[in-house]
Amino acid sequence: MVSDGANNTMAFPRETVLKVASLARLQLTPEEVDLFATQLGATLDYVARLDELDVSNVEPMVHAIELTNVLRDDVLVPSLPRHDAVANAPKTDGKYFLVPAILES
Amino acid sequence: MHYQPIIGLEVHVQLQTQTKIFCGCSTAFNPDQPNVQTCPVCLGLPGALPVLNGTALRLAIKTAMALNCQIAKFTKWDRKQYFYPDLPKGYQISQYDLPFSFDGQVELITNAETGESRPIRIIRAHLEEDAGKNVHDETGRGRDSMVDLNRAGTPLVEIVSHPDLRSAAEARQMLEELHALLTYLEVSDCNMQEGSLRCDANVNLHITKDDGTVVATPIVEIKNLNSFRFTEQAVEYEIARQWKAFQETGKTIKDAPKSTRGFDPDRGVTTIMREKEEAADYRYFPDPDLVPVTVTDEQLAAIRSEMCEAPAVMRKRFQSEYQLSAYDASVIIDQGRLLAEYFEATAKLCGDGKQAANWVTQDVLRVMKERKETIANFPLRPEVLGSLIARVTQKQLTIKSAREVFADLLTAEEDQTPAPSMAQIDEIVAAKGLAIVQDDGAMETAIAAVIDKNPKAVADFQAGKQAAVGALIGQVMKQLKGADAQAVREKILTKLSGG
Amino acid sequence: MSLCDLSAGTLWRKLQSGEVTAVAATTDYLNAITQFDGQVAAFLHVDRDTALAQATNLDAKRSRGEPVGLMAGLPVAIKDVLCIKGEPTTCGSKMLQNFRPPYDAHVIEKLRAADAVLLGHTNMDEFAMGSSSENSAYQVTHNPWDLSRTPGGSSSGSAAAVAARMAPVSLGSDTGGSIRQPAGLCGIVGMKPTYGRVSRYGLIAYASSLDQVGPFSTDVTAAAALLEAIAGHDPRDSTSVNQPVPSYTSTLDQPLQGLKIGVAKEFFAEGLDAEIEQAVRTAIDVYRGLGADVREVSLPHSKYSIATYYLIAPSEASSNLSRYDGVHYGHRTESATSLNEMYAASRGEAFGPEVKRRIMLGTYALSSGYYDQYYVKALRVRRLIREDFDKAFADVDIIAGPVTPTAAFKIGEKSDNPLGMYLADVYTISANLAGIPGISVPCGFTPAGLPIGLQLLAAPFQEERLLRAARMYERETDWVTRKPALA
Ligand SMILES: [Mg+2]
Ligand SMILES: [Zn+2]
Repeated sequence: MVSDGANNTMAFPRETVLKVASLARLQLTPEEVDLFATQLGATLDYVARLDELDVSNVEPMVHAIELTNVLRDDVLVPSLPRHDAVANAPKTDGKYFLVPAILES
Repeated sequence: MHYQPIIGLEVHVQLQTQTKIFCGCSTAFNPDQPNVQTCPVCLGLPGALPVLNGTALRLAIKTAMALNCQIAKFTKWDRKQYFYPDLPKGYQISQYDLPFSFDGQVELITNAETGESRPIRIIRAHLEEDAGKNVHDETGRGRDSMVDLNRAGTPLVEIVSHPDLRSAAEARQMLEELHALLTYLEVSDCNMQEGSLRCDANVNLHITKDDGTVVATPIVEIKNLNSFRFTEQAVEYEIARQWKAFQETGKTIKDAPKSTRGFDPDRGVTTIMREKEEAADYRYFPDPDLVPVTVTDEQLAAIRSEMCEAPAVMRKRFQSEYQLSAYDASVIIDQGRLLAEYFEATAKLCGDGKQAANWVTQDVLRVMKERKETIANFPLRPEVLGSLIARVTQKQLTIKSAREVFADLLTAEEDQTPAPSMAQIDEIVAAKGLAIVQDDGAMETAIAAVIDKNPKAVADFQAGKQAAVGALIGQVMKQLKGADAQAVREKILTKLSGG
Repeated sequence: MSLCDLSAGTLWRKLQSGEVTAVAATTDYLNAITQFDGQVAAFLHVDRDTALAQATNLDAKRSRGEPVGLMAGLPVAIKDVLCIKGEPTTCGSKMLQNFRPPYDAHVIEKLRAADAVLLGHTNMDEFAMGSSSENSAYQVTHNPWDLSRTPGGSSSGSAAAVAARMAPVSLGSDTGGSIRQPAGLCGIVGMKPTYGRVSRYGLIAYASSLDQVGPFSTDVTAAAALLEAIAGHDPRDSTSVNQPVPSYTSTLDQPLQGLKIGVAKEFFAEGLDAEIEQAVRTAIDVYRGLGADVREVSLPHSKYSIATYYLIAPSEASSNLSRYDGVHYGHRTESATSLNEMYAASRGEAFGPEVKRRIMLGTYALSSGYYDQYYVKALRVRRLIREDFDKAFADVDIIAGPVTPTAAFKIGEKSDNPLGMYLADVYTISANLAGIPGISVPCGFTPAGLPIGLQLLAAPFQEERLLRAARMYERETDWVTRKPALA
């Protein structure tokens, strides 16, 4: 089996961690930023082994089972009562989902 | 130094399906009852999965065919990822690198009088789901925004044009042309108040400097234009703004990235929404919850056979087949497919396209407007109007009498009597004695009687007063309601000249 | 004697014949939960009243002479990844602490229709990411064979509940081994069906192209019954395959004639504990003794399966988990005032470290400039992995090997080393990438008394063959009768 990548790490730059976290809308503590810089570096180091393979002529495989043309008929299905639709909302007036003001300049 | 505006449109069209693109919720426009047309799928609840609406796909293909696009034999679904409260899954299901259609074109009429046109190229048209709607606090007090997901998951076709448009007026015409095309096909109701047709306009200027070099101004995307007028106004404003900005700053496309602006219809200006945002990274990737779609030539042929004639084709055909002017053909076509069909049926029945066009564009449209009615509810069916016009062309009725009959038929309809029929035309003509009198004997008799009774007028005429003949004609016409005034005039003149 | 002492298949047959009532079985299992779950911590939520009501209804139905469904009142524990209408469904995450789905998952509808009794939701690694339950936001589940050790994961509670005889059968989900690995570590049967065999509708997604729901059981018979009850086409899942479901339970006891078993040399390479290898090789000898033709096969790309998986699964997960933004359901921070602050803080507060790690990894792998290098590349290697299996299954009916490289590890042992944890999925992951079915059956114990699993893999939609092969082995051995000693 492979060596344990944890002791052979290529650190992932902190600013990249912050950029990715911002794309993912994920607030990280400074400790998490450092931790992820190390751990993601190790993981990316490990997955670099795929570069051993020349796969340029291999079709990407998106689905485990290859199906096509799964369609439904344009037929109405009862919707949820509004009460159920908003029941799990962290903030609602019973009609709408409420969010902090979206500023449109 | 002079400039040339360069404009491309991204148009979003809601397809006319009963249900949403990936679930069975209704697509009905229902802003007054928020969040009543949702289910686990369009709420993006954990565990819910999308299944493609076959009708949405069929209507989308129809749309692409009307845009003269190539239809891909293999197409797939991708996730476009961004966070926004009206986007419940955190991604929009859309199409990225393999859209279902591409490489089309639309003929844009550039001169309404002559019917001159130019092709506007379509880069691609793809299928995607709409977002919900955020309702903002308008008081400025920073209260919570409200999210309604009734619209989330409505099927949209996004049509992306090449930047082939050259003026604000052309941008508007392009949108109008798409409106006509898509409503003709019945793929969308294109109701702009309800957001069924809306567009983003990409605008910049190519500036030719005095030394002959050409530079481009930074591209601006004007978002969410939801009327023809706003589209024209916004682009017009933006062209002027960019020209002024260039003269002041000299900034070109190399100095500034693409920015996004919104249009404020109250002030008639575009305002900056986002500039230099961190380059959008949508992280598109194939949606593992949906499977690809393949279409065969037979399926495409079947869809093609359902297509009606496109308005641009119909416009040309009306000109050649019915001898209409480009202008008249456009007036009819622009009123929508039902009116065009009404016109054509009427024209066929009366055998005179030009007359039919006059009646439809003047009388019918006027009454529709007065009554705030659509052609579908217009009481005179084409066979009745056609029959009425035929009597004019066959010289059985004068135009004036026909108008009288037309008005009477409509009045009768208002009195709750059954829909006007051809029999009713005969009744009105008979009751009012409107039929053109073809019987020369009757006319001779009437003329002789009038001449006898009006020696003064006759004397005046013979003394050289040409106008005196008018009084004589008037009296003959009074007796013979359906008479042809021209024929009466000629006969009187002959008689008085001693013929 | 408690009905919990019966093997699941035996209990199921007694329920079917009416020899045992659903209320009696449910009562005994609820008592076992009361007695043992304090130590095991397998359940997050037990629906005692509902379960008893379901059992009572079923017994009444039977006494009216009405036909009863396939499950015939068999109690089932449900991994917290499956939506149950109106019941807390948290996916092991603080994010969904207060979430109650307004709908049942497809498999839950199927279970209700088959007259199963639903016991409640079991603990799991948050969003099914993990192999030990240590990533659960709520509790750590203990291995009933050694409470200081992990039951495996991410279907930790579902495996431990069955191993501790607190449920005869349960449902889990398997994205990279999350059914087979804990089944192996807990000494029970666990099966991942072919991708598309069981609907994912209502299964909270981790990695959509890999996730599949499957059964746990103390024996192969009840696993077959449970799979039969939940499998089948669902028009609400576009990836659900429209193929008839064979009656697994009716052919189960027919041994396979001329069975060809493949042994992949890559599954016996460096890193496999000697005691595991020993037990697995002995199990393969049992098949030889039954007349099976055992031959070597090669899966040359299997050494790339972990790297492939840890690009594809986090990529899909980063997208699937975008919906948890604190707007429509789930945790919302108290502190934020702007929208973007609200998103980032809500997600930062409610996701645990492993979930964050995978969201970060997946976001990076899909981001512009890295997409082809990471995500697309992994999809290409995925096809090579699948083609390896296609070639192997042209030659053999079943591939046999270990489930895990080691027996259950100590709780806390690997929690500081995520990559080390990932590497333990080495034998299970390739079946998910290829979409093929796999089953883990008990095949012995380490000298320290920890269970060892035998993994059998088959070509797509060969669940029937897989279950019959597993049953052939089970009949020759008595591992099924071994129970952990809980006080
Ligand atoms: Mg779009
Ligand atoms: Zn819906």
